[in-house]
Amino acid sequence: MSPVFYILAAITIAGGLAAILLKHLIHAALAVTVAFAGMALLFLQLDAQFVGFAQILVYIGAVAILIVFAILLTRGAELPKEGVFSKTWLAGLAIAAGVFAVIGWAVLQSIDAVPQRNAAPAVAVRDIGNALVGRYVLPLEIVGLLLTSATIGAVIVAMHERERAR
Amino acid sequence: MTAFPSPLVGYLLVAAALFAIGLAGALVRRNAIMVLIGIELMLNSANLNLIAFWRFGLHPQALTGMMFAIFSIAVAAAEAAVGLGLVISIYRHTGTTELDKVNRLKG
Amino acid sequence: MMIQETLLTPSPSPSDLLRYLASHPAPSAIARNLWLIPAVPIVASGLIALLKQPRRKPASALAIGSLSFSLLFSLMAFVHVVAGWVRGSVVREVVNLTWFQFGSARVDLGWVLDPLAAIMLVMVSFVGLLIFIYSVGYMADDENYTRFFCFMSLFAGAMLGVVISNSMLLLFMCWEIVGLTSYLLIGFWYQKPAAAAAARKAFITTRVGDIFFLLGIVWLFSQTGTLLLYNHGAGSLEGLALANLLGAHGGLGLTAAGAIGLLIFAGAVGKSGQLPLHVWLPDAMEGPTPVSALIHAATMVAAGVFLIARVYPLMQIGTAPGGTTASLTVVAWVGTATAVFAALIAIAQNDIKRILAYSTVSQLGYMMAGLGLGGVAVGIFHLITHAFFKALLFLGAGSVIHGCHDEQDIRKMGGLRADMPLTFAAYAVGMLALCGFPIFFSGFWSKDGILEAAQHSTAIKGPFYLLVFGALLTASYMTRQVCYVFFGYWRGHGSAHESPRVMTLPLAILAFLALVLGFVGTPAWPWFQAFLENRAARFDLHAFVQPGLGMLMLSSSLIVFLGLGLGWRLYGNQSPQPEAPDALEQSAPWLWTPLRDRLYVDEFYRATFIALYLWLARVADWFDRRIWGGIVAGVAWLFGLWAQLNRLLDVYWVDGSFDKTCEELSNSGGLLARVQDGRVQDYLRILAVAVIALAGILIWSSRP
Repeated sequence: MSPVFYILAAITIAGGLAAILLKHLIHAALAVTVAFAGMALLFLQLDAQFVGFAQILVYIGAVAILIVFAILLTRGAELPKEGVFSKTWLAGLAIAAGVFAVIGWAVLQSIDAVPQRNAAPAVAVRDIGNALVGRYVLPLEIVGLLLTSATIGAVIVAMHERERAR
Repeated sequence: MTAFPSPLVGYLLVAAALFAIGLAGALVRRNAIMVLIGIELMLNSANLNLIAFWRFGLHPQALTGMMFAIFSIAVAAAEAAVGLGLVISIYRHTGTTELDKVNRLKG
Repeated sequence: MMIQETLLTPSPSPSDLLRYLASHPAPSAIARNLWLIPAVPIVASGLIALLKQPRRKPASALAIGSLSFSLLFSLMAFVHVVAGWVRGSVVREVVNLTWFQFGSARVDLGWVLDPLAAIMLVMVSFVGLLIFIYSVGYMADDENYTRFFCFMSLFAGAMLGVVISNSMLLLFMCWEIVGLTSYLLIGFWYQKPAAAAAARKAFITTRVGDIFFLLGIVWLFSQTGTLLLYNHGAGSLEGLALANLLGAHGGLGLTAAGAIGLLIFAGAVGKSGQLPLHVWLPDAMEGPTPVSALIHAATMVAAGVFLIARVYPLMQIGTAPGGTTASLTVVAWVGTATAVFAALIAIAQNDIKRILAYSTVSQLGYMMAGLGLGGVAVGIFHLITHAFFKALLFLGAGSVIHGCHDEQDIRKMGGLRADMPLTFAAYAVGMLALCGFPIFFSGFWSKDGILEAAQHSTAIKGPFYLLVFGALLTASYMTRQVCYVFFGYWRGHGSAHESPRVMTLPLAILAFLALVLGFVGTPAWPWFQAFLENRAARFDLHAFVQPGLGMLMLSSSLIVFLGLGLGWRLYGNQSPQPEAPDALEQSAPWLWTPLRDRLYVDEFYRATFIALYLWLARVADWFDRRIWGGIVAGVAWLFGLWAQLNRLLDVYWVDGSFDKTCEELSNSGGLLARVQDGRVQDYLRILAVAVIALAGILIWSSRP
């Protein structure tokens, strides 16, 4: 494994940990942005350039901003009195640890059957485009529909209600 | 630093760790937005998993993993938008974003 | 003269029938329709029962009309039988029917027309009719007039049924109906407790006798196989059956005939008021006077005597020449004892009807003694004459009571000779007939017949002297009564008056008959006896000069005069005040008191049988309440316990388990509901756990 991988992995995981452990929500949002960035770099490392850039554009450029906006709109900057962690944080932690354990066990269990391919695939953006409108045209259209309805839905959900509804 | 039999294992473990972290965040934090952040982390880890398998798996020319990951990103974005919109709406109705206090679905 | 009997039952084939009819002429129309005689009054009784109370005229009209019809028919039957007797042809006609059959045994009913039945039919219907007419006047003020005639009519029908019955079963059924109507009529004024008690006493006392009677009937039936008395040689009083009865053993050294005879006599003892069971007759005077006259003087009490006469062949069978059977000995002695016993008590009574009641008991004893000592004719002759003069005496007493405004104590009467001349004349005739005043009064001839039979009886010795003593007593007490009532001066309140014509006319008729009837049975012309015994009768004055007969007639007349004189001497024209003691009481108080207290028979019964019975009743009651009641209560308690157990089981186990299940369900529902707390993170947690579990299973199962 190349050292780049380890560094990138460390950044991502640190970012994720910081995201869930920081008390201040804005700090958490920024930390998760770092984690997104780390992810994008990992994608680049994995020769999935398109996905990497898409990750930067979408996640960091839209989702993170969205999160920050939401924090601002809900006054998340104010810290609650009882603390940020729920009363049963230990159970949640244990369960998460359990999940990690199970998945890790699955991976290590099947370690012998892992494929060994090392050469980078020769993939051009043109191929991605062809695949999108060729083989994957249906999911493409559906995702388009999904995005449309999501947009509309988000607008309606977050809209100020008129008083007449009461 | 032990040598993995394949780089894939490393990526998979990283994905697993990130997933667990995201899950922990979703379970442990009280704020609704934190839960969404945890969910985003989980989705990201799944994407990493997919790309890693595309890269080190059989038939990368089929682009299946990459397609999956692209669509996943798109859906994740849509979901984030809608979810945060919901959180804002809930904040407006109940005045709080703490999930402990929002239990109208209590059975 | 031949006695022929005829039968009317289905026969096997036409030729047999023809042959049979040739040797047995069919019964005459009168005999075939004889059943109408009892049936018509019974039907009339039923019709009267359906009438409403205020309809008096139809009630008495129905009763009198039906009994007149019975009288007419009885007279026709009587004439028919007499004609037959005179001609020397058929004397006993029998009509038999089979009621039902069970197995090989048959239950038969039937009626018989013979001299005994014919005489009884005429007597019962005639005396009955006169008394019915009398009752129209006597009961005129009573509000239960209709009910009276209903019961009287029923009685008349049943009594006539007893008389003509040829089947022991039919006889017993009519016997019981007679007993029932006696009960109903004694207790006619049931609002009076004394009357109700007297009715009950009469019924129960006669019941005691009837039980033995029924035993006798059943034994007779089982021994001879038939209920019919006369059935062309197959009846129970005819040759074959009697021989059978004579041969069989009856226990206690008696033959079956003797034992059955005694059992049947026990029934007669109850019904005719003989010695141990006489206690009901004096109390039966609580009923209206016509009832006393008809039932307890002339007819019902005579039924016992009639019964013995009817089954006489049974009583008589096995007589050695010059001797007599055990049954007849018992009959004679019981009769004699009763005669003397009752006559003694009659001397010391103060109620006009009670004196006559004891007199009746005494005369019934005479009749029984006559039957036992001398045969059917002797006893029945006295029965017939007694019926007339005793009915006369009772009706006369009723007239006196009516005239003295319902006063019955003789000490409060007196001097009625002037106020009630017709009644006095009739009563005097009756009284002299009862005493046996010589020649012109019927009682003389009939009683002399009994005394003669007693004197000539070789087997049984004592009764003659006792019966003579009884005659003395009879004359004395009757004189006492007549002196108290009709002589002396009036000691009552208000004034006495004569009775209306409707009451005095029957008195006159009966008085005439009391005088005349004796002449059909005198020794010079023993028509009555010959008729009954089915032999020829000749008029022969030389009969009077038989050695003992003249002597007997003379001595019995002397006894009567002696009794009359004794009575007159003691009581004569004196009329002691009610509070003053009786003349005999003054001279012999030691004798008077026990006699006045009826020789303590009632007290004896009360102390023994009644006390025993009451004790048994108490024991039975205790047993019933404690033991059976206890068992029932115990069972009920057990059931209650069981019910409680069930209830507990139900509440705690069944309901409990059910309730518990429901509770658990709702608890579990509550528990499960707690899972759904509406908190998203908890749901997520559960999801994650499920993922772990699922993944774990999948991985585990796919291990190499």
